[in-house]
Amino acid sequence: MELFTNQVLSGIATGAIYACIALAVVMIYEAIDHLNFAQGEMAMFSTFIAWQCMQWGVPYWGAFVISVALSFVAGVAIERVLFRPLGHASILVHIAGFIALFAIINSVAGLIWDFTIKPFPTPFGATPLFGGVISSHQAGMIVVTLALLGLLYLFFRFTRIGLAMRAAATTPDSARLVGVNVGWMIALGWGLAAAIGAIAGIMIAPVIFLEPNMMGGVLLYGFVGAVLGGLSSPAGAVAGGFMVGVLENLTGTYIPGVGNELKLPIALAMIVAVLVLKPNGLFGRTQVQRV
Amino acid sequence: MTTLLDVRDLRAFYGQVQALHGLSFSLQEGSVTTLLGANGAGKTTTLRAICNTVRTTGTITFAGKPITGLATESIVKLGIAQVPQGRGTFTRMNVEENLQLGAITRSDRAGIASDIERMYEMFPVLKQRRTQQAGLLSGGEQQMLAVARALMLRPRLLLLDEPSFGLAPLVIRDVFKVLGEINRKDKVTILVVEQNAQLALELADQAYVIETGEIVKSGTAAEIAGNEDIRKSYLGY
Repeated sequence: MELFTNQVLSGIATGAIYACIALAVVMIYEAIDHLNFAQGEMAMFSTFIAWQCMQWGVPYWGAFVISVALSFVAGVAIERVLFRPLGHASILVHIAGFIALFAIINSVAGLIWDFTIKPFPTPFGATPLFGGVISSHQAGMIVVTLALLGLLYLFFRFTRIGLAMRAAATTPDSARLVGVNVGWMIALGWGLAAAIGAIAGIMIAPVIFLEPNMMGGVLLYGFVGAVLGGLSSPAGAVAGGFMVGVLENLTGTYIPGVGNELKLPIALAMIVAVLVLKPNGLFGRTQVQRV
Repeated sequence: MTTLLDVRDLRAFYGQVQALHGLSFSLQEGSVTTLLGANGAGKTTTLRAICNTVRTTGTITFAGKPITGLATESIVKLGIAQVPQGRGTFTRMNVEENLQLGAITRSDRAGIASDIERMYEMFPVLKQRRTQQAGLLSGGEQQMLAVARALMLRPRLLLLDEPSFGLAPLVIRDVFKVLGEINRKDKVTILVVEQNAQLALELADQAYVIETGEIVKSGTAAEIAGNEDIRKSYLGY
């Protein structure tokens, strides 16, 4: 029983990483209706910016704010410069754009900061909690993820700009007819997603260390979390992220032969299972419409 | 009476296909005008052209200002609200959020709140369903919501695309009664596109009949309704 509890707790701790990324994935999906494959690289770059600021002597929270703010601006700029001209081009063109962005950001990061692994500080310390299953940093990360989710909920539920963003994402034609500037709302969605990615990267980096390829595996798990929870539901994505962490740990522990090597296939199997059995995800909105 | 909207030589295109062939008409401030015609005549396209959601040439003047080529959202901000084909409901949001979105370009919070209350007085059924997802309302309720949402802009001009579409006859009566009240009490100029000509002519002051992208007849609603030839050849009743 203690083994089980420990595995669940440490699963939740890793799950927090996936939840953070899944939240960013869902944000951009809500804004543009596509999965952004470069999301992880954008988050990685933001984390490097925070790291660089700290190298230059900026205190942790200062670097945090600078990185998040710059990421927001960069997110808006990427939409304006790269994806707005693509406009209504087919989905494959967009995917090519995402992959290009992925490759560019990855190489530029490597060029500036090289590929050596760098440690990243945490403001929450590394005190072991609950008998060492979970560290104070991981606990802090969970709190930050949930707080972020809460803030996003309040933003989308109770502010007019949040309402306009939701309208622009779900029904752009109608949104235009009530006077919403749909183009800017989408750019704002990119900005928000980039900012959330920055927070996710900064939270994750102390655990998996900082290097240009840090997000490869994590983003995949983040996608699994987002799909599992439902791409249309930020809260679902966070729950999905935690579930992926827990399931990953439990299958590794209890199913003989899975171990560490097969964790990734298990995650991918989860995507397939969800898409076959419940395409909207566990908490996703099923489209209901009366005709 | 002054002219609120003036349209000159309006042409509209879907890709290579030209849908309007030089339409000219004008709307008097405070009046109800109807655009009649068969399926595919270009009625919906005309409304789309006014809000610039289709590629157009020609000139459109609203309250003395040329609005041709302005972005849709800028045109809306000038006070032109549209209830498009299919009603433009934000189906995933609840009734109250739909009303809020109608006023998204306004910034007078108190005014918006009191207008929402006014809409609930005007359409009591919406008040009962204020927290319900708009996509789940009945057709008639969605039409009421669409009109209420458009009014939340406090528009000077209200464009309606087939408000009777898909509704039961009794519900249609209600909708048109409300439109008449809006015109009289709130002094909103209305342009309504309808296939149900008889109904539209009862409400309207002025009427235009359009066929394959051109205006073929125009006159007061009474003249058009009283002309048997026009009725039989174009309006089918």
